[in-house]
Amino acid sequence: MKKDSGNYIVEVENLTKKFGSFIAVDNISFKVKKGEIFGFLGANGAGKTTAMKMLTGLLNPSSGKAIVAGWNVETNPDKVKLNIGYMSQKFSLYDDLRVNENIRLYAGIYGLKRSEIKIKINKLIGELGMENLRKKLVGDLPLGWKQKLAFAISLVHEPPVVFLDEPTSGVDPITRRQFWEMIYKASSEGTTIFVTTHYLDEAEYCTRASIMVDGQIKALDTPENLKNRFEVDNMQEVFVKLARG
Amino acid sequence: MKAFLAFLKKEFYHIWRDPRSLLILIGMPMVQVILFGFAITNEIVDAKIAILDNSKDEVTQEISNKILSSKYFKLFEYLTDKNQIEKSFKKGKIKIAIIFENDFSQKLNRNENPQVQIIADATDPNTATTLINYVSSIVFDYQSKYLKNKSGGLNVVSKMEYNPGLKGVYLFVPGIITVILMLISAMMTSISIAREKEKGTMEILLVSPIKPLMVIVGKVVPYISLALVNAVTILLLGVFVFGLPIRGSLPVLMLEIIIFIITALGLGIFISTKVETQQNALLVSLMGLLLPTIILSGFIYPIESLPEILQYISHIIPAKWFLIILRDIMIKGTEFRFIIKETLILFGMMTFFLIISIKNYKIRLE
Repeated sequence: MKKDSGNYIVEVENLTKKFGSFIAVDNISFKVKKGEIFGFLGANGAGKTTAMKMLTGLLNPSSGKAIVAGWNVETNPDKVKLNIGYMSQKFSLYDDLRVNENIRLYAGIYGLKRSEIKIKINKLIGELGMENLRKKLVGDLPLGWKQKLAFAISLVHEPPVVFLDEPTSGVDPITRRQFWEMIYKASSEGTTIFVTTHYLDEAEYCTRASIMVDGQIKALDTPENLKNRFEVDNMQEVFVKLARG
Repeated sequence: MKAFLAFLKKEFYHIWRDPRSLLILIGMPMVQVILFGFAITNEIVDAKIAILDNSKDEVTQEISNKILSSKYFKLFEYLTDKNQIEKSFKKGKIKIAIIFENDFSQKLNRNENPQVQIIADATDPNTATTLINYVSSIVFDYQSKYLKNKSGGLNVVSKMEYNPGLKGVYLFVPGIITVILMLISAMMTSISIAREKEKGTMEILLVSPIKPLMVIVGKVVPYISLALVNAVTILLLGVFVFGLPIRGSLPVLMLEIIIFIITALGLGIFISTKVETQQNALLVSLMGLLLPTIILSGFIYPIESLPEILQYISHIIPAKWFLIILRDIMIKGTEFRFIIKETLILFGMMTFFLIISIKNYKIRLE
């Protein structure tokens, strides 16, 4: 049953994932407010990806509970899938499909009507400034364009929350900057952003950030509060202090 | 349904946008049929022969003439001495030599069993066996006629039923259909699913509301159509270029082809659930499917001539059963009720592979 989630779009309680005897995600609990940009930070192997996979329905939790967009990920994965957007770190699009065809495909998969799809394609391409690239194969696009397109496509069905898995890995600083502008824009339009990253300067752009170490969430607050609490100047140092224990 | 159609459209784009693969997919079967049909053939024509006739009487003359007038042999030289045989072989000039002993016709008349010795170049054992069979049958033929004139005796009349011309195409066309269908259906689906995994698009699909079964069906449909186009092309080539008959029922034939295609697709999906990259998919399909299909199906080597252990293994090769069915329907014109057993086995395999591949695919989502 759909849960009236009040102010929260993601609610996680005692979520755990074990692979054999290895505990990838260890009893984490947190809540993400509607409309915020939630940074999900951690070193490689800290359990971010596993946690994210559980929230997006790719993995079943070993125990605990997660409510995403009002639906339990374990009992109503189909409802969750309809209500979330997802962008992987590979900016996975189909290289041998044109820009407009990629948009049409995902719009179709998310069940948009034919008339809606047409409008959507024009709108997205206009917003991205890709009018000239509309008929180009995605494989011929520079990485930065692919990244922007992948993000726009993850929002094609206007989900209340979008999960971004290391969305800025491998692109140059200017493109990263532009990408964060897109994130802000989506956020200002009311979409909740759940983003993992290992660029800690990006953590400063988040409304709130959580830091995962060894499968547990060691800190969760606004970047400002975190820096004050650890008496340091930037998130990088917050992270180092936490990771060293 | 809308999601499925969008997905299906994408799959066709993948195929059309890759003209090189498409060319291989459509062109390769035709090239293979033509190659196998024209170039590779079991029939031996104009094999060079040397004859050492030590008696030179009317019987040996007549046998020699019979041999030389057949299209299989062409006289290279008459020898006069035993020592020349070795030389003739060594020079690589002749494939076979025939030696008649002294006083051939007198011995025959006295019922003393004169000897004809046949020596063949067995560096290629298949050719050697075939040539020896040709010569022996000509000699036996003569013998039986000779004895019949003298007294009663036995008379063997043989007929090569279903393929009186002993045409190799009869053997190869069903074989090529089998191999091509296996190749396209299994290899191409496994590669196409592995590509989605490799590029990360599978992850996006799994997060999206499209059902896993729809993804599989969407992957399978384009390749079923492609495989069917290929099967029909090969059949048309076989019938109109090589004069291959389709003596049995065409609808039954198409039904069996579809069952086999789906079996192969099931295998392809199964492979793709076990591998992560396109390269692995290619390798596993080649090693795991293509080789057994060629070697253990009876396409090239008769199953009866395989070592016993391989004969048992051949039972689990779908291609073996399909090939029996194909040959029965096409060449023999067998009715459906006589190939029900083979059809059921193939159908069972299809169901089995489909179930385990879909099951495995689902487990990956958990």
